[in-house]
Amino acid sequence: MNQTRTKDTGSSTGNPKESFGNTLRFLTLRVNGSELRCAAPPKALLLDVLREEFNLIGTKRGCDMGTCGCCNVLLDGQAVPSCLVLAFDCEGKEIQTVEGLSVEVDGHLHPLQSAWAHSGGSQCGFCTPGFLMTAKELLEHNPHPSRDEIAEALSGNVCRCTGYKKILDAVECAAQQLQGISQEEER
Amino acid sequence: MNHPHDLPNQKHSLIGKRIPLIDAFRKATGQAIYTDDIKLPGQVVGKILRSPHPHAKILSIDVSEAENIPGVHAIVTGRDAENCFGVLPVSQDETALAVDKVLFIGDNVAAVAADTEEIALRALGAIKVEYQVLRPFLKMEESLEQVPEELRLHPKTYDGTNIHKQVEQDFGDFDRAYDEALWKKRQSFRFIGVTHAFTEPMCTIAFFDADERLTVWSATQVPHYLHRALAKVLEMPMHRIRVIRPTVGGGFGGKSDPFPHEMVAALLSRKCRRPVKILFDREEVFYSNHGRHPSKIDVALAIDKNHKISGLHVDALIDGGAWGSFGVVTAYYNGVLANGPYKLPNFRYRGRRVYSNKPPCGAMRGHGAVNTRYAYEILLDEAAHDLGLDPAAFRRDNVLPPNTKTINELRITTSGIGECIDRAVEASSWKDKYGKLPFGHGIGIAGGFYISGSALPIHWDKIPQSTVHLKVDLDGGVTIHSLAAEIGQGSDTMLAQIVADVLGLPIDYCRVFSEDTDTAPIDLGSYSSRVTFMAGNAARRAAEELRKALIQAAADLSGYPPEVFILKDEKVINCTRPEIQVSYREAVRRAMKDCGALQSSGCYQAPPMGGKFKGAAAGLSPTYSFQAFVVELSVDLQTGKPKLHDVWAAHDCGKALNPLAVEGQIEGSIHMGLGQVLCEEFAYNKGNVLNPNFLDYRTLSPMEMPRVHPILVETCDPEGPFGAKECGEGPLLPILPAVSNALFDAIGIRFYELPITADRIWRALERQKKSSATLV
Ligand code: FES
Ligand code: FES
Repeated sequence: MNQTRTKDTGSSTGNPKESFGNTLRFLTLRVNGSELRCAAPPKALLLDVLREEFNLIGTKRGCDMGTCGCCNVLLDGQAVPSCLVLAFDCEGKEIQTVEGLSVEVDGHLHPLQSAWAHSGGSQCGFCTPGFLMTAKELLEHNPHPSRDEIAEALSGNVCRCTGYKKILDAVECAAQQLQGISQEEER
Repeated sequence: MNHPHDLPNQKHSLIGKRIPLIDAFRKATGQAIYTDDIKLPGQVVGKILRSPHPHAKILSIDVSEAENIPGVHAIVTGRDAENCFGVLPVSQDETALAVDKVLFIGDNVAAVAADTEEIALRALGAIKVEYQVLRPFLKMEESLEQVPEELRLHPKTYDGTNIHKQVEQDFGDFDRAYDEALWKKRQSFRFIGVTHAFTEPMCTIAFFDADERLTVWSATQVPHYLHRALAKVLEMPMHRIRVIRPTVGGGFGGKSDPFPHEMVAALLSRKCRRPVKILFDREEVFYSNHGRHPSKIDVALAIDKNHKISGLHVDALIDGGAWGSFGVVTAYYNGVLANGPYKLPNFRYRGRRVYSNKPPCGAMRGHGAVNTRYAYEILLDEAAHDLGLDPAAFRRDNVLPPNTKTINELRITTSGIGECIDRAVEASSWKDKYGKLPFGHGIGIAGGFYISGSALPIHWDKIPQSTVHLKVDLDGGVTIHSLAAEIGQGSDTMLAQIVADVLGLPIDYCRVFSEDTDTAPIDLGSYSSRVTFMAGNAARRAAEELRKALIQAAADLSGYPPEVFILKDEKVINCTRPEIQVSYREAVRRAMKDCGALQSSGCYQAPPMGGKFKGAAAGLSPTYSFQAFVVELSVDLQTGKPKLHDVWAAHDCGKALNPLAVEGQIEGSIHMGLGQVLCEEFAYNKGNVLNPNFLDYRTLSPMEMPRVHPILVETCDPEGPFGAKECGEGPLLPILPAVSNALFDAIGIRFYELPITADRIWRALERQKKSSATLV
């Protein structure tokens, strides 16, 4: 209760540079293939920068302590809770958020996204972006996961609505689709 | 019974189809906007100072130092708004912020609006509060004591105690049934509290603007009740307040009360005239709780010589925490909702909900029915076992027939309980497994039933419970206006499906606006499993009005009488001569010709029903869902760890308007129910929540979930929209006792206390080894 969550983004009344001794520094991040810049204090967390500075609100804040997975993003291809990562540690790395999934497939839905929608993987949807990123990491390393492997890979993400069944269905379905796509590419 | 909408010639194009939820693509792309995703120009941060004491008098609050911190825009305390509110008009005992006393650790004491969160927190730290600590009431039994006035948590309690609500009901002659019983047993059960654990923390933005109008964006299940509460607390007319519900990240009952932080954001904004956002951290979500009540339930069950249930006595002591919330209803539901799905000729109930100095409890999925259901179904299983009966067949022999009245005058119309049992038994190969699996491996069954919305609204102002407006655009697009809150359960999709089906349109013709009190007609919101039944009926009626207008237009254009037309595939078709057609758009234009705007409205109000006795309204519903679940599991005999294999979940939802969504509700309910029976626990120490985070309050992970096999039983309710009934809460009820009964089949041990964690099972197994007793 009452811990500081967000970084100090400066105030409309005071000088942002002086706020509580948190000198702002320039931050450059590569997000979804674009170079984005802002000024942030050294302690800024990746989740705060994505949401507050870059307005990438698809990444959700569920707990601020690495326990729900709603804020998961890919950092050099690895799914991490962005609420536990310092933004400045991400400089020079490739960050992908849910908004970047469709960028990757020319603005169309990524197979994971359409599988999610068609399988009923989202109810309230608050967990969905985090799950999508975790699932993407899984499928990149293991294109044909078993149901148990999917369940294990997703066990750091909390969903309170679906009971997970349709989420596992969605990942299975996306894996099949991606396999079809890669076979087509080979031909 | 014939439905007016079941015209012989108009086939359903969308009803009963597995279609993705209409917001699924927005959600899968991160485009759905939740409250915390909204940022208004000039918005400041609101933070609440919380009580460190479970029970204390506030002697003084000094905000002078905090006020002078640069970047602080407003500070409010309880004195700024003393009007009480609460979700039920009969027990309004909450205030925006504590006025004289704090009632739990985490209670709201003062609030600050500041430029940043850091400044807001510094300001909270600078507020000086002087408390006089009072004796806390932390155990339910203590709240039964008569105590001096200053130790009562609220002015309105029973007899100088801290009892909030006491209910007594007596139907038939329980004592006689018990005396004459072939089998009988009294047993005491204990349940800890559990909480919703939705993934989106509470969040509210309030903006009191230059026109002196207040707009509140909030993650709420019931915009209408929030609207009313804001009006009362802020002493503003409702027409100057607008409530907007952005996408909601799960509710399960936990966002159905109007909340103090919603009042506080509005008060702060009125003071500083800027938009104020209050976003809870996960710990605050736990502190505001409103989850399932901990309870101690004593049950006595009597079975007569014909193996029929002859009497049930329930005595429930329920821990309500600091506020009333939905508690009056909870006090009733713990007993009233034991009157199905089995025939019960004699029933006695005493329910006492007490106040205590802990975070308030409220409505949570399966509200009021879950714990008593567990107790009842365990005793039924024991009776069957002792009498040498198959527990599935024994239940089957006792089911309520359709079209009947229970002893407490609940009106039962359609009932699929028999079919639910049969199909779950069949699908699970029950007969090959029950009592035949090796030690450590077991199968269990349990039943349940639940309301499809409360027949009597909690505000007695005689307006329909649901109203839906439709507006048609020039090109035929239909805008659906409703205040039934989409909270992930798929209600927007349900409305669009119904309207599009009636009009013979593809679903993407429909857009749903269900988030704004300024544009939507009143709907009592998403709780008590009411939306499909009530808002669905309203939508169907509104769409039928439109259909009439379109058919009239086609008749005018073609010269044939209206009776011969149906709407299908974007056409109005003469079904006696199918080559005579008017396109949907032509019909729309024609229908608009004389009025300019093509609009319609439909509403739903439950028919009168129920007895005349005190509390007769509780538990009444226009229809009930029914369910029977079979669970198969095994237990690791070394560690006590249970492993769930399969759940066969038969649920009578009347008609599955969208099977994909119905299954999702069943699967989600099972996940939540499994959590309560196996691992979830809202733990306290001296009134302090011990596990206010997802690490320590553990929900089941995908790896721990069994294979769930939903079985959809369709009894086509004559009053439901296309026959539909609820599916969002009922499926939670049977999973808890079904697991426990399967554990008994596996290891021969009964569990009368939840959660049944591995260590409890292990200890019970150790005791079992030492003695031959089978009871724990
Ligand atoms: S918000 Fe980062 S894991 Fe929950
Ligand atoms: S869909 Fe609501 S938390 Fe997963």
